[in-house]
Amino acid sequence: MTAVEDRPGVPSDDAAAPEIGRARRRKEDARLITGMTTWTDNMVLPGMLHLAVVRSPVAHARITNVDVSAVREAPGVIAVYTGQDLAEEQGSLPCAWPVTPDMVNPGHPSIAVDQVNHVGEAVAVIVARSKAAAQDAVELADIDYEPLPVVLDMEEAVQDGADLVHDHLESNTSYHFVFDAGEMGTGSDTDQAFADADVVVSRRFVQQRLIPAFMEPRSVVVQPQGDNYTMWSATQIPHILRVMAAMVTGIPEHKLRVVAPDVGGGFGGKLQVNPEEILCLLIARRLGKPVKWTETRSESLMTAHHGRDQIQYVDVAADREGNVKGLRVRLLADMGAYLRLITPGVPALGAFMYPGIYKFPAYRFECDGVFTNKVPTDAYRGAGRPEATFAVERIMDELAVELGMDPLELRRKNWINAEEFPFTTVAGLAYDSGDYETATQEALQLLGYDELRAEQQRRRESGDPVQLGIGFSTFTEMCGLAPSRVLGSLSFGAGGWEHAAIRMLPTGKVEVVTGSTPHGQGHETAWSQLVADSLGVPFEDVEVLHGDTAISSRGLDTYGSRSLVVGGSAVVKAADKVIAKARKIAAHLLEASEDDLEFAGGKFSVRGTPGTGLGIQEIALAIFAAHDYPEGIEPSIDAEATFDPENFSFPHGTHLCAMEVDTETGFVKIRKYACVDDVGTIVNPLIVEGQVHGGLAQGIAQALYEEAVYDDDGNLTTGTFVDYLVPAASDLPHFDTGNTVHAAPGNPIGAKGVGEAGCIASTPAVVNAALDAVRHLGVTDIRMPLTPERVWRALHDGGDGGERATARTNAQAVDSTDAPSTSGGAL
Amino acid sequence: MIPAPFQYVRPTTVEEALQAIADGGEDVKVLAGGQSLIPVMRLRLAAPETVVDLGRVAGLRGVRDDGDAIVIGAMTTHSDVLSDPLIAEHAPLVAEATATVADRQVRHRGTFGGALVHADPAGDLPAVALALDAEFVIAGQSGRRTVPAAEFFVDYLTTAVEEGELLVEVRVPKLTGSWGMRYEKFNRVAQAWSIVAVAAVVRRENGRIAEARVGLTNMGPTPLRARQVEEALAGAEATPEAVAAAAQRAAEGTEPSSDLNAQADYRQHLATVLTRRAVTAAAGL
Ligand SMILES: Cc1cc2nc3c(=O)[nH]c(=O)nc-3n(C[C@H](O)[C@H](O)[C@H](O)COP(=O)(O)OP(=O)(O)OC[C@H]3O[C@@H](n4cnc5c(N)ncnc54)[C@H](O)[C@@H]3O)c2cc1C
Repeated sequence: MTAVEDRPGVPSDDAAAPEIGRARRRKEDARLITGMTTWTDNMVLPGMLHLAVVRSPVAHARITNVDVSAVREAPGVIAVYTGQDLAEEQGSLPCAWPVTPDMVNPGHPSIAVDQVNHVGEAVAVIVARSKAAAQDAVELADIDYEPLPVVLDMEEAVQDGADLVHDHLESNTSYHFVFDAGEMGTGSDTDQAFADADVVVSRRFVQQRLIPAFMEPRSVVVQPQGDNYTMWSATQIPHILRVMAAMVTGIPEHKLRVVAPDVGGGFGGKLQVNPEEILCLLIARRLGKPVKWTETRSESLMTAHHGRDQIQYVDVAADREGNVKGLRVRLLADMGAYLRLITPGVPALGAFMYPGIYKFPAYRFECDGVFTNKVPTDAYRGAGRPEATFAVERIMDELAVELGMDPLELRRKNWINAEEFPFTTVAGLAYDSGDYETATQEALQLLGYDELRAEQQRRRESGDPVQLGIGFSTFTEMCGLAPSRVLGSLSFGAGGWEHAAIRMLPTGKVEVVTGSTPHGQGHETAWSQLVADSLGVPFEDVEVLHGDTAISSRGLDTYGSRSLVVGGSAVVKAADKVIAKARKIAAHLLEASEDDLEFAGGKFSVRGTPGTGLGIQEIALAIFAAHDYPEGIEPSIDAEATFDPENFSFPHGTHLCAMEVDTETGFVKIRKYACVDDVGTIVNPLIVEGQVHGGLAQGIAQALYEEAVYDDDGNLTTGTFVDYLVPAASDLPHFDTGNTVHAAPGNPIGAKGVGEAGCIASTPAVVNAALDAVRHLGVTDIRMPLTPERVWRALHDGGDGGERATARTNAQAVDSTDAPSTSGGAL
Repeated sequence: MIPAPFQYVRPTTVEEALQAIADGGEDVKVLAGGQSLIPVMRLRLAAPETVVDLGRVAGLRGVRDDGDAIVIGAMTTHSDVLSDPLIAEHAPLVAEATATVADRQVRHRGTFGGALVHADPAGDLPAVALALDAEFVIAGQSGRRTVPAAEFFVDYLTTAVEEGELLVEVRVPKLTGSWGMRYEKFNRVAQAWSIVAVAAVVRRENGRIAEARVGLTNMGPTPLRARQVEEALAGAEATPEAVAAAAQRAAEGTEPSSDLNAQADYRQHLATVLTRRAVTAAAGL
């Protein structure tokens, strides 16, 4: 990866140059990287007690007896609570997205009362004077379980007569969600389209279960003060958490303050109302003392929500010339054992993106949300859209093979042309702007496409054991999660607006309060750049405040590539209001008419009289003193704004992957990766590139490395980072990145969102590349992640590489106490 | 991730260490670099009564020349191994394999002796020690004994080091003649354990392979020598064909495990491919 210094566009010294577009180094990074900041787990409060959670070792069982008497006697232990103890007051964890009116939600206790439904579910909570004492006492809890049949396989779980996860329900199906373009009037009849088609290609794709694997483990501190409570949490969503926690616990919203201090990553994994957050509140309320819970990495992998886990049945219809005629998608989506905050909504969010950038005349989508005895799934970077993009970009390649067409030609024939924007798709979305052809041309150049194709040919002809393939992904995504009305029409439990406030301090410095809470994205830098340009103040004079509901009263937080598009736009709108208010004061002080004033470079001046004028920072002092200001206005130029766009934004791009496959071992290696993304206006190229790199790493990780694997008993086999393989920099190639810029028309910045792009686009490019390398050897699919073994099996036995073995089955019997079931190295 | 409570002792000599082990009670664990022991303790898969930390036993650290062998102290860290001139000269295979162990941070703490006593089937150094015919010097309260590599690795995570004993050093014989070496490691990501790996040490003479030693990593509960390959190569012509034919026999008689990364038959296949590659490289072909 290119070093920062090599990159064009590093901060220019030209103070007059606009901030927007500058590759500013992030102002927050020094403190984040060195740890010179407050992470939740750093917090120490007088009298603080520590929690440890006793967790179920079994996936599905009735709890027949709970004996915690030995725990109570353990040194340092203050209290222990079981599910029975908290049953009356714990309520249910919220699910904010009832995707259908008849969706079945079994409720989600924070602590199991009489039944456990996944390994790792909380069954008791120990409160002790130290973390070590709490942890030591965990082993003393004696809990009896009566096993129930374990439901893991979705295709089995939806059969009639299947064992049930929740035996008081009629089936394992939570909901059946349908989007039919024919019925909605956005497309023609799908069955007819398939009946009339020359060619139909059908595939079954498996979106494996992934673990968000954020760097900072989850951590919560709750401090009671009289009937007020302050909760610090390593969360993405302090504002949503506050509302939800108030509703769950009955603590009135105005008595609850939630603070997300600096937060070390989330990727959707901290877009949650966690059982432990509720448990901390309940226990702090009972004891009247501050409490802290910080998870171990094992707890994190086992119990924090997972992502993806869908089986996709995809059919595409086309004519012989390669014009697509219809798309049909059936999904089984694994909810896990319960519905968490937006568990059911993730596949539904994807529903609208399966048509991708193509002009399908007909489209039908159906999804069953299925309960299993696993930890719930929920948002993970891209949430629904990576799955959709994968399906359409993979099936386009399959269709190309079926038709004997070049995969790029097929795409070109069917994609929306630049002059057709805005374009309303068969799913009813109005794509805002873009140019797929230009992005593709530039990406082909960056990759060195023609040379690599020639090399591929040579390797095929010589029968080289290392084969080469090239994979495409020409994707778009739906970003800037907002339009509140649209979210309402999808039954989402909240709006999508965002709020900002600007406070002009007497010395001319500026405080910006944002409702979009960052957890590593660099909001402080980008927002400072926006405000510096809007108000004409120095970048350094801007401070961005966030994450504390007592400071930032309104907000809907950070997810769905929404922060800049929605939250940044609110900041710009607030700045406009500051200028409008300052204009009145400037006119008064300059004894000029408001209409004669122009505002540039932070200064009001009277048109035609250069040299005269009043800076906005001076006005801030003048209005603080408030000795001289116009009648009838308030003595303040502070302002707030709430922004609610009317449409999503639709970044797009072309991602190309060249992949080497060692046919002797099955090892795959990315030879080259090039992508050109259109994310609209770029406020900070360095941040954009960082987001693309990180997204690529996670998307490539889904294709090649990561998979949460459960054994037949419902134990998470990939319970440590030895087995849940997160790639490091050394495992990733250099990325050749580029941009085209088509400003988004729907927000004042013109930004489209970049947080999820790389993660959404890269996965199918990588898999398509591997298949392109070995298709001539008879391989038509390889299941993700493409482990060397799967690739080798697909080459040698046919099929998609199959399931992975979950147990260490050494020839010699192994004492399980000293041999954790890890795949490489018992540690 | 907090270990269960334990007693902690930090001796400065081998004698003190042996005494501390003897006095430590029921379940005593020796702590070297802690890169394997600490994780198992934090996961509470091990809960020793006493931990005897060898970190201050200076005599166990470093490499010396002992005439026909070099001697590597048990507490020599992986990163010390990588920069040691004697190892570079006489046993470059040790350095080559060590360079593939984990990441920089782990290599700064993890030790040569710890990795060998831990004897993880996926660990890289046991097969190397076996291929180099190393000898292990073990100290107990009744004195010292020397065990050849072929007898050192007893079973899964089990070596000839008995309770109450310490590994103090490892003697690696210097090789004379024209030897080539190669460690061929197969893993999914750069910093991971071996799925399978092959250590090859080959002596060439007059266009022929005079002698070959092949050690296999993770092809069973202990590291193995691929004896059939070695026999097939002894005296064979140094050609890619001869090497490929011999390498076909690499997995004969092995019973590797099946796990997330590889089922047994795939491991056996990998062993043949990696053996061919390792021997080819070691033979300079
Ligand atoms: C993330 C990670 C990745 C790794 N990857 C690899 C890899 O790719 N390849 C590889 O080979 N290894 C790998 N390792 C293991 C690494 O090499 C360890 O350093 C090694 O296995 C143990 O060495 P140690 O000095 O840390 O021993 P410790 O953890 O301190 O001890 C290990 C065991 O050996 C015993 N012991 C240690 N020294 C002695 C002695 N002198 N006498 C008697 N008993 C002793 C201890 O009691 C303990 O049971 C990895 C480790 C980690 C954490």
